[in-house]
Amino acid sequence: MTATRRQMLCLVGATAVLPAPVVHASPDSARQALQSILGNARPQTGRVTIELPPLVENGNSVVVQVSVSSPMTAQDHVKAIHLVAEGNPLPSIMTAYFYPENGRATFTSRIRLAESQRVWAIAQMSDGSYWQGHADTLVTLSACTEER
Amino acid sequence: MAQARTLITVPAQAKRGELVLVRALIQHPMENGFRHDENGRRIARDMIQSFRCSFNGKEVFRADLQGGIAANPLMQFTLLAQESGTLEFLWEGDNNFRAQAKAQLLVT
Amino acid sequence: MLVAHALWAQAEIPLDQRQSGSVLLSPSNLALQNDPGLHPASLWLLEGEALWKTPPSNNAPSCASCHGDAQTSMRDVATRYPRPRGAQLQNLEGQINQCRVQRQHQPAWPWESAPLLSVTSWVAHQAKGKAIDDFASPHLKADLAAGRDLFFQRMGQINLSCAQCHDQRWGQKLAGVVIPQAHPTGYPLYRLEWQGVGSLQRRLRNCMNAVRAEPYALGSLELTRLELYLMWRARGMPLEAPALRP
Repeated sequence: MTATRRQMLCLVGATAVLPAPVVHASPDSARQALQSILGNARPQTGRVTIELPPLVENGNSVVVQVSVSSPMTAQDHVKAIHLVAEGNPLPSIMTAYFYPENGRATFTSRIRLAESQRVWAIAQMSDGSYWQGHADTLVTLSACTEER
Repeated sequence: MAQARTLITVPAQAKRGELVLVRALIQHPMENGFRHDENGRRIARDMIQSFRCSFNGKEVFRADLQGGIAANPLMQFTLLAQESGTLEFLWEGDNNFRAQAKAQLLVT
Repeated sequence: MLVAHALWAQAEIPLDQRQSGSVLLSPSNLALQNDPGLHPASLWLLEGEALWKTPPSNNAPSCASCHGDAQTSMRDVATRYPRPRGAQLQNLEGQINQCRVQRQHQPAWPWESAPLLSVTSWVAHQAKGKAIDDFASPHLKADLAAGRDLFFQRMGQINLSCAQCHDQRWGQKLAGVVIPQAHPTGYPLYRLEWQGVGSLQRRLRNCMNAVRAEPYALGSLELTRLELYLMWRARGMPLEAPALRP
């Protein structure tokens, strides 16, 4: 990534949302990521809550929390939650696998976001159904970034 | 070589039926292979690929990490306190990376 | 010197208006900073604690052999650095390396190396909450004056001084981000931009790059004097190492 350009933008007072570095996601790669999770299944919207800060100071570390409402019994539980970041060069972020022992289908982690974008959480249930939720966030960049 | 530093946060004890918060933090650069050094050369990919937690020998949480996870990654999840025992954590990744940690949970 | 101090004071942020960069953190990042179970710098503290207690070789003492429990012996040490040690003005990293060479007979750790940052974080952390020294000693006069001059000196192709942004325009925005007052209260700290822990001098080099100036070398007298001035400028403010910043 060209540090020079970022620094110049920093000092001439560019807008808060700086252009992303060299690598961009294509709409295709995000679609492919979702396709490989869902196959032919059609996800329903609901039951899935994904929380991101609305404004992010640095895309290197963004706290994400996902919860899915489910009784988490042996008969009825969340098997997996997939995270997909539409705007990242590799949209597939992670998959978390759950068991009734978790008591609740929820996890928190820290992800990297290349640019302002929508992040999807897709839950796979024990009955084979899929549910989805999403959150949007604006990614800015600290001023005076680094060049060693 | 010493293994990567880890930090597990879990309450020392819990009441039966309580929901327990488990946090696992590990020191790792999570180099995604997209960064360049000051000479314009790509910095090689070096990522943790999987995280597993088992309780008394049975898997209770697993995460497959494909990309876009921040450096020094955090995993936080819950566990229903049903019996006392040992939590075991395992991280594996590129370049034969492997790290383990343990924590005890007392359930009253 | 009293006159010079008075003149500097006029240019300074009024003492009661000073605030740490922590006030600018988002709620999400503030939660990270305040919870040791979430703060990534905790991993460096664990490393620092281990290095403190472990002899570097069979014949060499550990830090703990001389200094005992860090919580007691280092309880306010970080508030008083940089200071002259022998002929040289040393910051905390330099002091740790000086001990390592002279007392432990080991090669100095490179600047910004993981073990040096870990031990520095561990030592600085013991003084968390303690007030930064007022650096009033006559032995510091010359270095403090030199550090002050650097702070007020225009630098680089962009031709800006530290003071122009951080004394005169703190709270205003640069490229959409609020300009902090730039106090060193949280160092060493975990910077999201670095994805790791780094020192104040590393951060100062970033600033110099930003104004397109050739940065001084890590461990240079210039950076150490600037560090001294920044600590004096933050006198009385509580240390909060290791902090978290974007």
